[in-house]
Amino acid sequence: MIDAVGNPQSLLLLGGTSEIGLAVAETFARSRPLRVILAGRPGERLDAAAQRLRAGGSTVSLLPFDARVPATHTEVVEKAFADGDMDVTLVAFGVLGDQEAAWTDMATAVEQVEVNYVGAVTVGVALAERLRRQGHGALVALSSVAGERARRSNFVYGSTKAGLDAFYTGLTEALRPDGVTVTVVRPGFVHTRMTEGMRAAPLSQTPEQVADVVVRAVRTRQEQAWAPGPMRWVMSVLRHLPRPVFRKLPV
Amino acid sequence: MEREQGQPRLLTGWGRTSPSAATVVTPREPGDVIRAIESAGPRGVLARGLGRSYGDPAQNSGGVVIDMTTMDRIHSIDTAAGTVTADAGVSLDTLMRELLPHGLWLPVLPGTRQVTVGGAIGSDIHGKAHHVEGSFGNHVLSLDLACADGRIRTLTPDGPDADLFWATVGGMGLTGVVLGATLHVNRVETAYFLVDTDQEASLAELMARQAVHDEDYVESAAWLDVVTTGKHLGRGVLTRANHATVADLSGKHADPLKFDAPHLPSVPDVFPPGMLNRVTARAFSEVWYRKSPTRHGVVQNITQFLHPLDVAANWNRVYGPRGFLQYQFVVPFGAEDAVREAVHLIAGSGHVSGLNVLKRFGAGNRAPLSFPTPGWTLCVDFPVRSGLNELCDRLDAVVLAAGGRLYLAKESRTTADTLQRMYPRIDEWRKIRAATDPTGIFSSDLSRRLAL
Repeated sequence: MIDAVGNPQSLLLLGGTSEIGLAVAETFARSRPLRVILAGRPGERLDAAAQRLRAGGSTVSLLPFDARVPATHTEVVEKAFADGDMDVTLVAFGVLGDQEAAWTDMATAVEQVEVNYVGAVTVGVALAERLRRQGHGALVALSSVAGERARRSNFVYGSTKAGLDAFYTGLTEALRPDGVTVTVVRPGFVHTRMTEGMRAAPLSQTPEQVADVVVRAVRTRQEQAWAPGPMRWVMSVLRHLPRPVFRKLPV
Repeated sequence: MEREQGQPRLLTGWGRTSPSAATVVTPREPGDVIRAIESAGPRGVLARGLGRSYGDPAQNSGGVVIDMTTMDRIHSIDTAAGTVTADAGVSLDTLMRELLPHGLWLPVLPGTRQVTVGGAIGSDIHGKAHHVEGSFGNHVLSLDLACADGRIRTLTPDGPDADLFWATVGGMGLTGVVLGATLHVNRVETAYFLVDTDQEASLAELMARQAVHDEDYVESAAWLDVVTTGKHLGRGVLTRANHATVADLSGKHADPLKFDAPHLPSVPDVFPPGMLNRVTARAFSEVWYRKSPTRHGVVQNITQFLHPLDVAANWNRVYGPRGFLQYQFVVPFGAEDAVREAVHLIAGSGHVSGLNVLKRFGAGNRAPLSFPTPGWTLCVDFPVRSGLNELCDRLDAVVLAAGGRLYLAKESRTTADTLQRMYPRIDEWRKIRAATDPTGIFSSDLSRRLAL
């Protein structure tokens, strides 16, 4: 259960090596160590992630999970909830990759769509069913400001996040009567493995800064949040710029 | 009875934190309760009364919640014996109104009358009279409990099922569903109090005043200021009273047994977060302190003396949408330093609390999870905001070190480990619960959160 001051007792991280996801787990654990399930592809990186959280006092278990195999998602979610309620679930997996390849090479495009959009929707369906039975919980999906307005530089990624964003925004309404708070978080540029070597955009964030936004949203049962907060107003303006103007911006 | 129909309902406690969804059923007779128990799913069932517990003890996320307020008949009042038999869903407000014309009075009344008999037993509630009357369970002569096996058992404090009786008193609804009870009640001449008020300029003076002559009064409690820092930290107003006799009223009240409890309209749900801040809390505390100079022998009515909060319905809305929590602990006599330390921690924390009560408890009872034990109890309430977790964790440490405990009816954020250490008899209670409900049909958000 999430207590009156917003401490969860358990957290399921889908995308078990996500730097933002791990920072969220660490931030919660600083107030109160918790039970964490890291769902991801087994391997050294997942093991290292578990070690990192155990050092903070949390109890960690691992769950094999592949976003590209939707047929397994119901089973993965059932396993995650087998040992008790999941108070917070974080949908934090995704790929960015070579955005030029993404719109010129079919296989790359399919991979991006399957992981970022199809996978997010299929776990969303499985989670919704399980969380409705539980009658409480927080479900956080990591969207992106890239989904708010398509840009020449990353529009395949942007299109997958736009799809994810719409799905989880709708799910917010669908799960409201069941005591489940769904939160869509839209970070701007974040310094992670995913963006390594890329030129940082203005208002760039560290995973820890995004984690603070996620944790605050869970504690206050916010249904949407931007990271950083003022990005909301920046994007609001950018969304409404005429194309000839938007096209010339260095974003 | 309607079951598994319509949408689940979102429930919270009085503090309006941690909402969760449950299927709410409304029984008309004991058979409906039994059917709800027998058809319990994996998330179990739980009885709920008027939802005045502050945290999550009357919520059962994903499961069934039995709204007992529809079972609200008073079956009999025996004036000669001083007993009343009532359904679990009867509120203490209703009960008081019915008892007063007979010259009868409930010995244990908490800070609000809007609680049910079932809830009063489940939380083993206490009031300002604890040092004389003990807690609610002390006055239950028998109770009917719908158990996990679908049977109804009549339990008495010293009967063959005394273990289950005392596990149910203070058992937070986790041993079964209380269907009704027979209670012992007191005799009174009037519905008024003869009140002595003492205004004390510091915490030390307040505690010193409270520590003497408490037993001369049937009701005793102090309000204290935990916002104003400096030498007046912990200043307060001690009010102690006995029931007024007809002679005390000196003919000023035509009907001495009239249920005299005026109230205002409901508070609207329009308050933004942050209404209660340092400025408003200081102003409130100043007014509250100044309005009660030392005066002895004043006649007051029920609302004035016992239930100032019942004057306005839904007063919890003042705390805004994020809700608030109550923090109530007791530490043994001799651990006065812990009370002082707690007041200092609160005053220095930046978190504000307006409605603070300090009281001395008398002897506890036999119930393993009953809260009151001999000592000082302090109750404060905070609007939920950032940093409150850390303050409460620090208070937990002070309470634990002093050998004290938290009140489950108000608990909303501690850890399972801390609670376990505060209630040394919890395993004894768990054994009784496991024997009567081996599969854990009766469960609540509280029981999940604290691994009761």
